Amino acid sequence: MAGESSKPTKNREYDVIIVGGGITGACTARDCALRGLRTLLIEREDLCDGASGRNHGLLHSGARYAVSDPEGARECIKENLILKKIASNCVERTGGLFISLPEDGLEWQANFVQKCHEAGIPAKILDPEKVKREIPVVNQAIIGAVSVPDASVDPFRLTDANALDAIRHGADVLKFAEVEDFVKDGGRVVGVKVRSKDGLAEYRGSQTVLSAGIWAAGLAEKAGVHISMLPSRGALLVFGHRVADVVINRCRKPANADIIVPDDAVSVLGTTSDKVPFDQCDDMRVTPAEVELLLKEGVQLVPCLAQTRILRAYAGVRPLVSEGGDGRSVSRGIVLLDHEQRDGVPGLITITGGKLTTARLMAEMTTDLLCSKLGIKARCRTADVALPGSEKPVRKATGEYYSLAAKGRHGSEGRKMDFTGTGAELVCECEQVTRAEIVYCIKEFGVRNLQDLRRHCRIGMGTCQGNHCVRRAAEILAEELGCPELARQFVDDYLQERWKGMTPVLWGDTLREAEFMRNRYGRKDYEI
Amino acid sequence: MQDANISKLNFEACQKCSLCNEVCPMMAANPLYPGPKKAGPDQERYRLKDPEFYDYALKYCLGCKRCEVACPSGVQVADLIQKARLEYAPASKHPLRDAMLANTDFVGTLASPFAPIVNEVLPLKPVKAVLDGAFGIDAHRTFPKYSAEKFTTWFARHAKKAQEGFDSHVSYFHGCYANYNYPQLAKDFVKVMNAAGYGVHLLEKERCCGVALVANGFEKQARRQAKVNIASMGKAVSKGEPVLTTSSSCTLMMGREYGEVLGLPTEGYRDSLSLACKWLYEKIESGEVKLKFRKDFRMKLSYHTACHMQRLGWQNYTIELLRMIPGVQLTVLDQNCCGISGTFGFKKEYYPYSQKVGSVLFEDIRTSNPQAVVTECETCKWQIEMSTGIPVLNPISVLAAAVE
Repeated sequence: MAGESSKPTKNREYDVIIVGGGITGACTARDCALRGLRTLLIEREDLCDGASGRNHGLLHSGARYAVSDPEGARECIKENLILKKIASNCVERTGGLFISLPEDGLEWQANFVQKCHEAGIPAKILDPEKVKREIPVVNQAIIGAVSVPDASVDPFRLTDANALDAIRHGADVLKFAEVEDFVKDGGRVVGVKVRSKDGLAEYRGSQTVLSAGIWAAGLAEKAGVHISMLPSRGALLVFGHRVADVVINRCRKPANADIIVPDDAVSVLGTTSDKVPFDQCDDMRVTPAEVELLLKEGVQLVPCLAQTRILRAYAGVRPLVSEGGDGRSVSRGIVLLDHEQRDGVPGLITITGGKLTTARLMAEMTTDLLCSKLGIKARCRTADVALPGSEKPVRKATGEYYSLAAKGRHGSEGRKMDFTGTGAELVCECEQVTRAEIVYCIKEFGVRNLQDLRRHCRIGMGTCQGNHCVRRAAEILAEELGCPELARQFVDDYLQERWKGMTPVLWGDTLREAEFMRNRYGRKDYEI
Repeated sequence: MQDANISKLNFEACQKCSLCNEVCPMMAANPLYPGPKKAGPDQERYRLKDPEFYDYALKYCLGCKRCEVACPSGVQVADLIQKARLEYAPASKHPLRDAMLANTDFVGTLASPFAPIVNEVLPLKPVKAVLDGAFGIDAHRTFPKYSAEKFTTWFARHAKKAQEGFDSHVSYFHGCYANYNYPQLAKDFVKVMNAAGYGVHLLEKERCCGVALVANGFEKQARRQAKVNIASMGKAVSKGEPVLTTSSSCTLMMGREYGEVLGLPTEGYRDSLSLACKWLYEKIESGEVKLKFRKDFRMKLSYHTACHMQRLGWQNYTIELLRMIPGVQLTVLDQNCCGISGTFGFKKEYYPYSQKVGSVLFEDIRTSNPQAVVTECETCKWQIEMSTGIPVLNPISVLAAAVE
């Protein structure tokens, strides 16, 4: 992806420069590229580094918002159906449940189901006794259950697929480059000044789109535009395996830790919702109090979570646009700001708010606005054209075992991996990542380090948190990048990052794992 | 809350130390087998995600359970693999063969009346060729012989009455092998128990323990038979009798796997189920039993710890018991798998692995050069006798020969 072909050409004039390579930016880049706009996507870290990669991985059916935000709910169910079609390889059709506990009563359920139906969400009331039998891990005290078409989605994969398709349609992607300022011509934004390891560079575009999540506010200030944003932090826990194959929500007014999602081979429980100051948006450490709260609430959904190994804790920041409020009552609706109209700053657009589920729609709205400004008539095709990897279903069972996980992750793109010779060697045992998949990811996605690599293939994201695969992976990465001297640095950096997620949950088997890790890598002279 | 959050799900305790891989005999012999760590806890996470992640190479697992003995984190690795096979394994390519190998008591019932003919016919070259070609039973394999008179028939005719002369009794689970193939072992058991001052009762109803059924994927049938045995053993125990066995695999199956793999209740009898040697050793140790041995008994023996014996952890009772016999010169062999793994080694597609796994043990046996090898496992006996030509005895038979 960041291979030579996608790097921006010097002095190229762009129609649109997109700042922020999360899911919204990647979807916008794809939409623009599909409509023939000359597009540049800029990201300060790796794609999906911010809130896009720090959430539940939940493809909402919209049910969660049916009562409080009917419009958001309608958007969700529409996008839910579109993504199941165009991103079949990123989405797992797990289905979702909304369970009612005795203290919740059934009053909310009746209204909830009606509101779901009004929004077009096929919500179905189930017999709680049947649910208890079929999903024995669910809290056996339930008095009601509703099924909805929630699903599990891999945000890394979805972002990658969008960016890949953008590149294939002519877009450029510049990663690890931070926008420092805007280039202005009179009052008009005509480009961006970008700092990367190669120094400072300038890129010019007719329109600039800010899709930088919570960081858009700070960037906009540099253009003289004020966006009132409310950083709302959400913490989540990763449990070691799938406790249930279905998304489980609480059927009540949305609150803390009331969703558990089966993501790949793990279960993710979340979230909290706390207002945080802007200067803490880059500090994603999870506190013991957050862990305690998540666990306390999580066991109400699935009691066995109380005895399930927690691999790590992480947090993300929702980019809510607000004029006040406590974070959860603020609408999570899509906010598209045309700064020419709103602030008299032509050439600048901000797209924010919204959800992972509605990112494609956000991109469509943004691109529609861009096209009207650029005077281009082109129809949006992102809802109809399948994403790379999802063009046709891959029957995993037809492959040899070593390629199953890779094909599951990359879908039809998996054909580009070379499993011959050492390619079939297993590098990450927990997530079943082979050398072939690693080499493919390094080449296709232009990774710099192991943290980048894991977003594309889940390396080190399993039970042992990299304890066993990190050295093997570092060796391959260093070899592929042609800088063997960096291998140790790769290991150190990666383990530091894993360690950050493990510290809030250091007890039981995770503590044993951490001690094992510390004994192995704690000394400066460990063998590489 | 955090104090309580300690994983109860056994496979999550895996720290990937790989000790299980180190001790896995199949992994050393067969590069196609992913090894217990991968086949067990690692792939379990992915099987939970999607049954498509079932690895067909799990068929190579011997079920020797050495991985469980080795695991410092207490992960029941072999159980994970066995349960995955029961749940996800595709249908066998040799359903008839597997059913015949697994249904040891049904086939035994059929074969016993025709034992002289069956025993003559099975070793014939053309028959072996047919079994090999059409049936998938390897032609190298020697079949255990069938006995013309079942142990239970003999017991009813010749021994049952005399047992009532004893004040105390034990209940005996003889198993298929002692009933259909080698009644002498069961007769030896009766002799030893009588010599120890105990009469022998048979269980009200006995079915094959089902170890071969589970290994071959016949879960429902195994469960049905297990329930019969559980009820019978429970009755014996409620009468105050211990349930004794002479086969290590039957014992592990009923004492442990009924609960851990089949999820059946075992509390009613589990603590009273024992191998005859362990029970005897404990009785002798506590002074309740005294065995008188012949003064002229001389035998050079090598003891082989069967894999399931190792999993039970009871080998030392037998070893010490054998050492009590004056005139026994005992070598304890290193704990290596013989490779047959019940019905596994009979199958044509696995035969080469079976022999490769066993080669270390066979060499050890030849080096120790005993008059007989001693082990509690009947399938180890077939494998060792076939592969080394040295006779194999159950320790109870050794005791029977040595008591006055």
